[in-house]
Amino acid sequence: MSTSTSPYAPGEHPDEKPPIGQSGLVNWVYTNLFSSPFNIILTLVTAYFLYKILPPMFNWMFFDAVYVADSREHCRELNSGACWGFIGKRIGQFTYGFYPHELRWRVNLTFLLFIVAVLPVLWDNMPKRRLMLWFSALFPFIGFWLLSGGLGLETVETNKWGGFMLTMVIGVTGIAVSLPLGILLALGRQSDLHIIRWVCTGFIEFIRGVPLITLLFVASTMLNYFLPPGSNFDLLLRVLIMVVLFSAAYLAEVVRGGLQAIPKGQVEAADAMGLKYWQSMRLVVLPQALKISIPGIVNTFIGLFKDSTLVVIIGLLDPLGIGRASLSDTKWQGLSTEVYVFIALFFFICCFGMSRYSIYLEKKLHTGHSEE
Amino acid sequence: MSQTTDIQGPPRQSFSIGKIWTDKRTRGLVIQLLATIAICAVVLYLANNVVENFQKLGKPFGFSFLQQESNYDINQTLIEYSSRSTHARAAVVGILNTLLVAVCGIILASILGFILGVLRLSPNWLVNKLAYCYIEFVRNVPVLVHILLVHGILVHSLPKPKQAIDVADSFFLTNRGFFVPKPIAEPLFWAVIAAFVIGLIYAFWYRRSARIKQAATGEQSPVFWVMLGSIIGLPVLVYILTGMPLAWEIPELKGFNFKGGMALKPEFMSLWIALSLYTAAFIAEIVRAGIEAVNKGQTEAALALGLPRRRTLNLVIIPQALRVIIPPLNSQYLNITKNSSLAIAIGYMDIVATIGGITLNQTGREMECMLIVLGLYLFFSLTISSIMNWYNKRLALVER
Amino acid sequence: MSKLTKLAAGAAVAALFAANTSTAGTLDDVKAAGHVKCGISTGVPGFAFTDDGGAWQGFDPAVCKAVAAAIFGDTSKVKYTTTTGKTRFTALASGEVDMLARNTTWTFSRDTDLKLDFVGVNYYDGQGFMIPSELGVESAKDLDGASVCIQTGTTTELNLADFFRTNGISYEAVPIETNDEARTNYVAGRCDVYTTDASGLAATRSSLEDPAAHVLMPEIISKEPLGPLVRHGDSEWADIVRWTLNAMITAEELGVNSGNVDKMATGTDNPEINRLLGSEGDLGAMIGLDKAWAWRAIKMVGNYGEVFEQYIGADTPIGLDRGLNALWTQGGILYSPPFR
Repeated sequence: MSTSTSPYAPGEHPDEKPPIGQSGLVNWVYTNLFSSPFNIILTLVTAYFLYKILPPMFNWMFFDAVYVADSREHCRELNSGACWGFIGKRIGQFTYGFYPHELRWRVNLTFLLFIVAVLPVLWDNMPKRRLMLWFSALFPFIGFWLLSGGLGLETVETNKWGGFMLTMVIGVTGIAVSLPLGILLALGRQSDLHIIRWVCTGFIEFIRGVPLITLLFVASTMLNYFLPPGSNFDLLLRVLIMVVLFSAAYLAEVVRGGLQAIPKGQVEAADAMGLKYWQSMRLVVLPQALKISIPGIVNTFIGLFKDSTLVVIIGLLDPLGIGRASLSDTKWQGLSTEVYVFIALFFFICCFGMSRYSIYLEKKLHTGHSEE
Repeated sequence: MSQTTDIQGPPRQSFSIGKIWTDKRTRGLVIQLLATIAICAVVLYLANNVVENFQKLGKPFGFSFLQQESNYDINQTLIEYSSRSTHARAAVVGILNTLLVAVCGIILASILGFILGVLRLSPNWLVNKLAYCYIEFVRNVPVLVHILLVHGILVHSLPKPKQAIDVADSFFLTNRGFFVPKPIAEPLFWAVIAAFVIGLIYAFWYRRSARIKQAATGEQSPVFWVMLGSIIGLPVLVYILTGMPLAWEIPELKGFNFKGGMALKPEFMSLWIALSLYTAAFIAEIVRAGIEAVNKGQTEAALALGLPRRRTLNLVIIPQALRVIIPPLNSQYLNITKNSSLAIAIGYMDIVATIGGITLNQTGREMECMLIVLGLYLFFSLTISSIMNWYNKRLALVER
Repeated sequence: MSKLTKLAAGAAVAALFAANTSTAGTLDDVKAAGHVKCGISTGVPGFAFTDDGGAWQGFDPAVCKAVAAAIFGDTSKVKYTTTTGKTRFTALASGEVDMLARNTTWTFSRDTDLKLDFVGVNYYDGQGFMIPSELGVESAKDLDGASVCIQTGTTTELNLADFFRTNGISYEAVPIETNDEARTNYVAGRCDVYTTDASGLAATRSSLEDPAAHVLMPEIISKEPLGPLVRHGDSEWADIVRWTLNAMITAEELGVNSGNVDKMATGTDNPEINRLLGSEGDLGAMIGLDKAWAWRAIKMVGNYGEVFEQYIGADTPIGLDRGLNALWTQGGILYSPPFR
């Protein structure tokens, strides 16, 4: 009797294929591409557009490209596409700038250590994370020592730094140093002390109100006037100071967003427990606020990383600057498109990876909240 | 006895120096006082250094160089300018050029961004994925590289003046710029302008009274059509009635270049396009997030109430989405304005290129020129910010 | 973490913050630092560029190398700092570099108002025009209405405005920051004419697909004496740079080159050669160096003519004639004061 009404016992329903017309390639194409007249037109226009753009682009970039060559003429003789031979010949310069050949292992080592240092920060289930975090905290010293030398290592002047290495240095220093500064500024902006609040707000709004390039001009042309007469310090350091101030102002706003999201009850509870201001901030408010702001911090970092290309305008040799100096070699003149495309690809790979990470974090943090 | 001494206790405590720190209020005051002193000291120290440095170099500080002849030419000017004009006038030309590209960029980026954001939500797989690829590629490449690439593509792919792309013999597209006829007003043209102003005033008065009417009686008026008619229809009618008092100066190929008419220079176009494309990718993500943030139940509820789809969109979804969209949009608008300073890379003469570039180079007054440039950007940013904040407040939820 | 990072920043500041004691004399500073800090441009074909190995080469870095050779006997003891048209004078005035060797025009206001000292001229240039020959323009005065690409940050835009104003013809100025961008614009036909120093034009022309299809106009509309420069106020240092450059010029005049300098240094019949190379008298001591300073500069870098031929001369892709830059004995105006 029961078998006639329900032929399967609960949980033993066989997996059957969905009815024909609800699945399969044809159906997918229909629902996703040709579901309405408007969609059909949209699909056809897009397809035509892709057909017009993609083949010539791929031909130029890959099929007609020259991968090994000695000069531009040589490239043109071999084929009509991109002359990657130029990039290949100068990949060392694009990566390390003018860092001495025999010392490049130090840059590589720094980069490896950087990855090791960054892992425990990004990966919160890492084994022995606490221990590794100590290493992360020490990394700035080690990295600085490895790159610039001293204390037994041969000194390498900062004017020899260039290429992608310079981009990394500016980006990483910018974020690492500006994070504490940004947190202080954000706390200052939330402070009850009027003068502190005004100063912090004024500083943040000033920095956010002017373009980075003008700040870099200030670093390269004006900063010397603010120092005692006769003193002078490294251009890269001046640029780094400006970059740090710049990103600190942006990070302050990101952190402020995080602080505002923390319910007031948390602070009041901490007060009631008898915690002092800094204790309640360090133990209660900041851990929560920073957790929420991590995606924002990563986004600021991406922005900073991209903005590091602007240093070319004041004469530092980031990848664009290296490209410019290399293009002045009469052997290679006129290959600027290759340089731009190459640099664009580099930034795309780095920044896309980072933005994926930030989206992953956002999702993770989001679910964490809804479960609470 | 003992009780009275207890009551007099507290005033005696305030004499102890240690108490200044433990009392929350006085501690705050002390911290602020110290901060003020520290800041003043730093400012004084820096100012003193500046004065000393200037003295040591024997350079005067002052803005009188702004009144000197600039001696250089600018190819795109919105006001009268020649190499005999002053540096101050060159600065004004730069300011106007910055504003021009910022305003145009904001408009185009908003339009493109909204379109892209909607395409990103399209059910069409191909369109959706293409929009996704575009947004991701554009967002993750530095804007300076974009500007250089777009400029390279524009000047290389557009034809030279002799082979100009010609539309109706009056619009010409070349790599020297996009040339369009220039309107020249004849005496009677003031009537058309007057008609436009009257139409504008009437349109807004009509809209206001229509709203009052709707609030009072529930009756709806054809606001859109009346506004269209009075703002556009009336001036057109007057224009035809007065015998079309507007002459057109058609650009003509003379010698090397087109002459006459108005021209959009390729430097302006590439900066405009590059900034718009770049910022549009960010705006698209903002728009997508804004629309997705509106609860689906809202749409369903509106439809269940019997609102037509268009009104659901206009009255329910967009107002709520805008609330999420406006604050991040504000910072994108600021970004366009600030990124326009990269014009220097391709030779568009904005503030950074005129007063902060050639003028700075010729006169050697780094301090003064950079102060002017910083001040101007700060002014622009604060203005845009306050406009957007005002708009945001208007839109914000009125909590009761 | 935050404290540590701040400490790191503090350490970085302390390590990089090098107080520049310019009062002690630039030469002492240079000797103490072990290198010459030399400001160069970000890239001008033939004049400053990086080779495939990543080293700076060119006509301008050669001056820096010669100074380093004169002081240290090692051409690699130069710390190059790239400067743009905007940052170069500040870099020099602030002590970031000890000398600038980057196609900089010697003008009255730069020498006086900007508090700089030009020590000589290593290239006599002038602003010219390049135009595709298919346009059939014979003279710059026929350029009415043309679009002109200018490389900014120099005196070029001023000369151009003056020239067109004097001749009463109109033009459209297309100002570009770098030579490479300007070249892109010119090739694409964004402008009809490219104007910059004639040497730059020749270099750019050599890099075009078909150099023969482009001509340089006969007009040279300005005088552009390009030379190395130092800060005001340290004449001893200025002397070293000035006389190193003069030594290279004199060496060419006297027929001393990097090949025969060793032989000549042992003593010749010509007393001026002997004084120059230090086998007679002690000129070096007068500028705070040793006897062999000029010998080292010539041995390691070459005389003026050699450097010219190596980077920008007729046999290079740039293919510049000596022209004005020939010795005064050969129809040019290159003329070094005597070594006496």
